[in-house]
Amino acid sequence: MTAVDRNAAPAPPDERLARVSVVTRVLKRPDTGAFIGAVAVFLLFAYTARRVNWAGDAGVWSTWLNTAAYDGIVAVPVALLMIGGEFDLSSGVMIGSSGLLLGILTTQANWNIWPSIVVVILFGLAIGFLNGFTVVKTRLPSFIVTLGTFFMLRGLNAGATIKITGGVSINDIDRAPGFGFAHKLFASTVWAKYNFGVAVLWWLGLTIVAAWVLARTRFGNWIFSAGGDPVAARNVGVPVARTKILLFMTTSAVAALWGIMTAVSLRGMQSNEGVGREFEFIIAAVVGGCLLTGGYGSVVGAAFGAAIIGMAQIGIISSGWDSNWVYFFEGVVLVAAVMLNTAIRRRAERAR
Amino acid sequence: MAETNGKGAPHLLEFEHVSKYFGNVLALKDVSLDVDAGEVTCILGDNGAGKSTLIKILSGVYQHDAGVVRVDGQEVRFTSPRDARRAGVATVYQDLAMVPLMSIWRNFFLGEEPTKGRGPASRFDISFAKKTAREHMAQMGIDIRDPDQPVGTLSGGERQAVAIARAIYFGARVLILDEPTSALGVKQAGVVLRYIVRAAEHGIGVIFITHNPHHAFPVGDHFVLLNRGRVIGDHAKQGVTREQLVREMAGGAELDALTLELEGVVQT
Repeated sequence: MTAVDRNAAPAPPDERLARVSVVTRVLKRPDTGAFIGAVAVFLLFAYTARRVNWAGDAGVWSTWLNTAAYDGIVAVPVALLMIGGEFDLSSGVMIGSSGLLLGILTTQANWNIWPSIVVVILFGLAIGFLNGFTVVKTRLPSFIVTLGTFFMLRGLNAGATIKITGGVSINDIDRAPGFGFAHKLFASTVWAKYNFGVAVLWWLGLTIVAAWVLARTRFGNWIFSAGGDPVAARNVGVPVARTKILLFMTTSAVAALWGIMTAVSLRGMQSNEGVGREFEFIIAAVVGGCLLTGGYGSVVGAAFGAAIIGMAQIGIISSGWDSNWVYFFEGVVLVAAVMLNTAIRRRAERAR
Repeated sequence: MAETNGKGAPHLLEFEHVSKYFGNVLALKDVSLDVDAGEVTCILGDNGAGKSTLIKILSGVYQHDAGVVRVDGQEVRFTSPRDARRAGVATVYQDLAMVPLMSIWRNFFLGEEPTKGRGPASRFDISFAKKTAREHMAQMGIDIRDPDQPVGTLSGGERQAVAIARAIYFGARVLILDEPTSALGVKQAGVVLRYIVRAAEHGIGVIFITHNPHHAFPVGDHFVLLNRGRVIGDHAKQGVTREQLVREMAGGAELDALTLELEGVVQT
């Protein structure tokens, strides 16, 4: 407005801002808890897995980072979706569906791998659209809708694989034309001496892009508002339905990308691949500070969450313990992280 | 024929014999009122008096069935909330349309985010958003400690201030406040009343909807009383006392009867 207010207070001086201490500022970040947790878990294994030189051997780092990338890549869109107020339980099984579709297109229809990849990504976008559209139109909880998708895809994966191949897997994807470059892009090693997978770079890249979108773009603002209070957001003109559908599409498309990467890496696909992994993505996101009710969270936090899971899966074996304890450990981490995150946030909001 | 305010210009907003029916239920009947820039028009009425219907016609949620609504002397008929906003009529609802977990500056620009850069590099202009939010809050007389503070940690009065400042920033000329003080304590309500005066000082025509004459009296420039869908009183500030407002609000003669009845109850 152009009207001048004679009583207007002068612009607040900057020292008022400095009153919020740096410590409070850091504690207010949703990803602080996940960072502290990741450091703690790292230190734990640095002690219990000292016989493999956990802290000092880059080869050990690459092992757990490769494992973490496995959860981290899909945890990125899952975190965005959770901040947007929704769940996707079909994100795990999508890995299997898309890998199998890639296998069928390349080995049964004898396509070149590149058009197959395009079709698989489109398939992912389509499933995500169906999830999102159903959730937005029916107003059913996404938990139920995507649980339905999960079971449908799970049945489809097993049923279609048996029907087409007579077995439970599709093999020999590497015979497809164009496989060499696809393997380089999706499944090669970038630092051969220490065996870092290219997936770690994908994970890093996706995390950076998603964190930028969330914090620095209009769409990021819409994601927060769609999860925080969809009615209020709609009242001020935020396209909430479109935002949510796009988030579902991103989640399924990234799961499809990961399915492609897995299929290229393994040169084949099991029909039960990915089932159960959706919970690890959700754990990574929740450990990373995402609220189950939406409207709050961090992609960088989810990356730390995935790092914790990756460290647990490798560290427990490296410590000489039975690998079944990984699940136990993940459960403990989930509950502890949520308690830590909640406590940190409460403290930070009091100390303003 | 559009009426004019004292200075010869048309009223900023004008209702002339406006009626609204829902089936055969009469929600508003023959309501006429004027709103001028820089003034606070209080609309007083008890539950069911027709205040909500009035707001919804103004904000484009409902359309009136009879009569004329004018903005700047031009007849208008808002068919959607977007329509009303475009004409400069902004409504601040009781729920304020804010997301508690989001920071002040994110809420301030929600749905209307300023961007810089183009194409894929197009991004939310955060430094501008923070600076503008802080400046406009300061103009409302509220000094926010930290624009990163989540709106949920603000007091009820401060939250109203964010909503009002936001509406003004986005070009509201008529600002409708729906019961902004009803959920607040005495002190916070006082704070909000000060923001209402500030908004009018900015040259905005403020419509302050309330059922509390004690909140309306100190800030209002004129008072429109609604009862059962009709205007039962329209007073300029000079022509009315607080007691008169309270009495008319409570239904005048009805209140006297009630007082007598209650006294009777007490005596027996």
